[in-house]
Amino acid sequence: MALSAAEVLSGLAEIVNDETGIANDAVQLDKSFTDDLDIDSISMMTIVVNAEDKFDVKIPDDEVKNLLTVGDAVNYITKAQG
Amino acid sequence: MAKLNQAETIAFSKIYSLGASRGDLTVTNDDIAGPINSSDEWIRQRTGIVTRMRASKDRSLMDMAVEASNEAIEKAGIKPAEIEAVIFSTITHPYQTPSAASLLAELVGANPAPAFDISAACAGYCYGIAQADSLVRSGTAKYVLVVGGEKLSDFVDPTDRSISFLLGDGAGAAIVGPSDSPGISKSVWGSDGSKWEAVGMTGSLLDFRDGIGSWPTLVQEGQSVFRWAVWEMVKVAKQALEVAGVKPEELAALVTHQANERIIDEMAKQLALPESVVVARDIVTTGNTSAASIPLAMHALLAEGRIKSGDLALQIGFGAGLAYGAQVVVVP
Repeated sequence: MALSAAEVLSGLAEIVNDETGIANDAVQLDKSFTDDLDIDSISMMTIVVNAEDKFDVKIPDDEVKNLLTVGDAVNYITKAQG
Repeated sequence: MAKLNQAETIAFSKIYSLGASRGDLTVTNDDIAGPINSSDEWIRQRTGIVTRMRASKDRSLMDMAVEASNEAIEKAGIKPAEIEAVIFSTITHPYQTPSAASLLAELVGANPAPAFDISAACAGYCYGIAQADSLVRSGTAKYVLVVGGEKLSDFVDPTDRSISFLLGDGAGAAIVGPSDSPGISKSVWGSDGSKWEAVGMTGSLLDFRDGIGSWPTLVQEGQSVFRWAVWEMVKVAKQALEVAGVKPEELAALVTHQANERIIDEMAKQLALPESVVVARDIVTTGNTSAASIPLAMHALLAEGRIKSGDLALQIGFGAGLAYGAQVVVVP
């Protein structure tokens, strides 16, 4: 069963926390991965792969560059769940 | 029908020895940070690299290959004339033809051994070991000299933020020959040309000749390569262990291509190796030397006494092509 956007946000925050140590509640929809959360390109890819596993979705390499904010990622994952 | 003789096969091969040669210049992060608008901290955090060894202008790829080969030949306790094949894995030999290997064979005293180059980039050394293993066990050659060598600094763009700042120069050599017991597991190797453009050159030599492009330098799509190098190569590493019949806890070392310490860290984490397994991190001081990186890293572990002769090591190379190769080997 597809998760809600809030559930995806919560799960994504756990993944970000695992990779970077950033507090879960700092991972908010309007935050930029690079500018606000200071996540580099390699950590971003680790987060993407872990999100694919956790949410059972595919996030192609070409799509990663479009995921600028946490909200972008939550929207993409929510829709990709079908 | 006339009788036809074929080569008599033998059961096992092994690596007899390793040799190593690095660039003569220690290049710090501060030395190269300016043109990429970066810093020592930024480079360390993203790559783990503190220094990379590069060769000065008058130190050629062949100079380093000969040094590494001579060490390996001497340590193997064989005469150069006993070498029956020379394989040189490189992407930076600056001539389309003749091969680097034929000149190397001449310079180390292995003339008239058959000699050829392999173009498999960072997988080149493992490709070379796969070839040497087959040549020895098929009875085609008794001793094979395998060299992975690069002078990558001839093909870097100081302003490139994708790969140039990772790169160093060096050569690693191995002698492969017959063995009484298994010394090289069946290779797990392959390629994925659908990702041909993920790592490579900025353009072709023809474009350069025609004034369409600049001098070709190395470039990569970092994120795509990272994903492939970790999550796809972990599958290859596990497969290599499986076909070798070796359990992770039986390994003494994991010697990956020294691409980027973040890749090495993530791969080691995904493989969940026991703490007893030494993870090679020669990249920290040598940089990424493509085909040379695995033999250089294994040579360093031996020199530091962190592994010993007879140990088992999983070696895995991966890079442009995309190409990959992995074996479990008995450390010489």
